[in-house]
Amino acid sequence: MTPFTYSRAGETAEAVRMGGAAASAYLGGGTNLVDLMRETVARPERLVDVSGLSTSITDTDAGGLLIGAGVRNTTLAEHRAVRERFPLLSRAILAGASAQIRNMATVGGNLMQRTRCTYFYDADGSRCNKRVPGSGCDARDGFNRIHAVLGASDACVATHPSDMCVALAALDAVVHVEGSAGVRTLPLREFHRLPGDRPDVDTVLAPGDLIVAVEVPPLGFATNSTYRKVRDRASYAFALVSVAAALDMDGDRVRDVRIALGGVAHKPWRAARAEDALRGGPATEQAFRAAALMEFADAQPLRDNAFKPELATRTLVSVLGALAKGDAA
Amino acid sequence: MSLIVNGTSVAPPDDPRVSLLDHLREGLHLTGTKKGCNQGACGACTVLVDGERILSCLALAVQYDGRHITTVEGLAQDDALHPLQAAFIEHDGFQCGYCTPGQICSAIGMAAEVERGVPSHVTADLRADAALTREEIQERMSGNLCRCGAHNGIVAAIQATFVVEAQA
Repeated sequence: MTPFTYSRAGETAEAVRMGGAAASAYLGGGTNLVDLMRETVARPERLVDVSGLSTSITDTDAGGLLIGAGVRNTTLAEHRAVRERFPLLSRAILAGASAQIRNMATVGGNLMQRTRCTYFYDADGSRCNKRVPGSGCDARDGFNRIHAVLGASDACVATHPSDMCVALAALDAVVHVEGSAGVRTLPLREFHRLPGDRPDVDTVLAPGDLIVAVEVPPLGFATNSTYRKVRDRASYAFALVSVAAALDMDGDRVRDVRIALGGVAHKPWRAARAEDALRGGPATEQAFRAAALMEFADAQPLRDNAFKPELATRTLVSVLGALAKGDAA
Repeated sequence: MSLIVNGTSVAPPDDPRVSLLDHLREGLHLTGTKKGCNQGACGACTVLVDGERILSCLALAVQYDGRHITTVEGLAQDDALHPLQAAFIEHDGFQCGYCTPGQICSAIGMAAEVERGVPSHVTADLRADAALTREEIQERMSGNLCRCGAHNGIVAAIQATFVVEAQA
């Protein structure tokens, strides 16, 4: 690790003041940042510890939830209101990382973890445009089984590894940010960037911006929702593909639906095309499959990940089928 | 500034780069906590902070000012082993022993999570409390790898310690 100073912020305004200094980084649970610093992929000169700030979960007047950025992943997953009203969010968090990491990791830090692949970590041996802009990408023609099939660019084919953010994308969550210009809100769907020619920039935040909360708006039919993750081992692995979905049935037809996909793109992928295709139509396996195929119409698979569109399609068909019957665990 | 390690107040490291793991092992000579991967993938460095299991390799020691840290050295009461330590011996919960301190700290943290009602990835009903079945233990302990493959003994030791207790 390169040397840095450490300070703990006592309140948000103080944190934002300290975080505005050059080469500063906010520290939550440290589960991604400390690891990246040890590999010298991240080299902040000032760490501002914000892990003790904004640690509450409260009901909003509208009937949603306001989740403090410092809330631990485990705390959010076990929260009674989340389990009962937004089960896809609990399920997504519980599918991610290990229990020890979920105990450390904060909600804000989960959003801020780097979009990444193994070549990004390999500082000594691989070229990576995300780590060193303009250096090239060894993943594109390398071992790319876990990489993106949607929205990637010549510069970068990494995927965003968060499970929680996939559920938040499906829920139209809103990110509350405080920076030198004051307080503002951003839709989670627009919070993470596609790589384009700047894969070194993962989010739309400006330097010094601090996430203070994530708001989940009310969604009645989210009680009928779930998250399914497909991976190479049964636990503690990144997703090959994942599906967060909520389904509102009207008899045997789809009244409304929310779908987001993980493991397929540089950001949590809201499947808006598939949703539009399904809304008002029949809740049949053929309709689910047709909608999924529409979502992947522009997929650009690489050498090792051509299975992803079909795997994601089958997973989505299975999840929606279970939700249509009301028995998705 | 101080950390409370196994009930004793100790100074944090001067350099903020020092991980909690390195501070325990090299600063305090508490070498029970092990360094496996040093990147959050194996669980060998698991310790308890205010009763919750975390990975000490991904923790900066300075971040834990004022917190109560329990390592494997802090589990026994004088010469009496913690019941889970005794159960690991009884059920052959280890071969080489390198992952064992992390496994034991992790399982104690896990039992507290189950007691509190925290669900897991394999909990069928999120609104009900989970039972400590074999499947639940395997999922909840998946952050602790055992290269010797002593998992059957580990699960048996955990069940013998915490399931029996829960039914008593």
